[in-house]
Amino acid sequence: MIREFGTVEFLYLLGAMRWTLGLSIVAFVGGGIVGLLIALLRVSPWAPFRWLATAYIQLFQATPLLMLLFLVFFGLALVGLSQDAFSSVTIALTCYASAYFGEIWRGSIQAVPQTQWQGSAALGFSYLEQMRHVVLPQSVRIATPPTVGFMVQLVKNTSLASIIGFHELTHAAQYVNNVTLKPILVYGIVGAMYFAVCFPLYLLSRRLEEKFNADR
Amino acid sequence: MDYTFQFGSVWAAMPRLIEGAKLTITLSVATIGIGLLIGILCALARTSHRAWLRRPAAVYVEAIRNTPFLIQLFMIYFGLPSLGVRLEPVQAALVGMSINCGAYATEIVRAGIDAVPRGQLEAARAMGFPVPSIVRHVILFPALRAVFPALASQFILVMLGSAVVSTVSVEELTGVAHLIETENFRPFEVYLVVTAMYLAIAFTFKVVFAAVDRFYFQARGRA
Repeated sequence: MIREFGTVEFLYLLGAMRWTLGLSIVAFVGGGIVGLLIALLRVSPWAPFRWLATAYIQLFQATPLLMLLFLVFFGLALVGLSQDAFSSVTIALTCYASAYFGEIWRGSIQAVPQTQWQGSAALGFSYLEQMRHVVLPQSVRIATPPTVGFMVQLVKNTSLASIIGFHELTHAAQYVNNVTLKPILVYGIVGAMYFAVCFPLYLLSRRLEEKFNADR
Repeated sequence: MDYTFQFGSVWAAMPRLIEGAKLTITLSVATIGIGLLIGILCALARTSHRAWLRRPAAVYVEAIRNTPFLIQLFMIYFGLPSLGVRLEPVQAALVGMSINCGAYATEIVRAGIDAVPRGQLEAARAMGFPVPSIVRHVILFPALRAVFPALASQFILVMLGSAVVSTVSVEELTGVAHLIETENFRPFEVYLVVTAMYLAIAFTFKVVFAAVDRFYFQARGRA
């Protein structure tokens, strides 16, 4: 039976939006925590840490996110865990996001002038104290615009979760399209929903960037 | 973990995987060509002083950059037939990927054009250069040279993103991998090998782009 596209279908899509947003937030938090670790390893004074972080970034930036999703999805079953779409997507998106955040934040940490390191060293700060009290607080300002910019990518890429059967916005769209047979309308509306989240984020990142450049 | 890895059936399917990889590379190279062309034209439109050229280009770029590629692909593959345009999966993939790549290329090329000093443009005009050669030699070449590294990373993302077109049944690398996995029930092994193949393609692309940058763009002295 073919259904008409009405308010019910629209609300159903809007409801699925919360999974997309939830997934984006989880990926942002997970990717942020691991990404910070990668960035710190990447600028570490100890070379093997730097190599490790570089390899991690190179590896995950050169792997399709879809492959990562499949590997985690089928890999979970191999190590005896249940093949659960949500955990698979979370792990895959965390790996993916942390590689990009690691690279973005490495740049931000290195953009803090060398004199800040020298000054704080002269004051007798240890490496970790320098990082925590002097360098990281200053790099946050540099890192914010590109971080917000990358969040746009993250929100869009949660759509790949639909391919392994996670019920977020794109999955819901396929569902609604299958019962209404109105692809242009359904995908148009869903595209607009993604746009409504991504475009403000993009504008915010651009404003932050202009503000940052003006302040300098 | 009491799982024994069995790669035998994956090696047996290698010729098909290589065919898939060839399609992935063909699609990516074609997309890069068309996308760069769209990018150059739209970047010129976006930096134009005519609003009727600037506005549509801006709408195109923002609409594409702020929606998922998967939705764009579904729009083309499932949506266009209801308007009477029926595309084969490979054609739909090429159209979708090119439109997507074009929007990102536009933004990058535009940044390059913005970086060209105004004085050079005025000098070229004062010396009576014809407009087409100003566009080609004074605007586009320096602009592309300035942003080529950014374009190269975007092109690698295009290649990696092509995995997604397997969802509309294109038999590129991921599509073939999916078929093989449903035959031999060894998904993890198949995707592990395919991931390694993607890594190899990505690093090859990187090396090629670095060579293009060095021997084409950088070899022609800076102004």
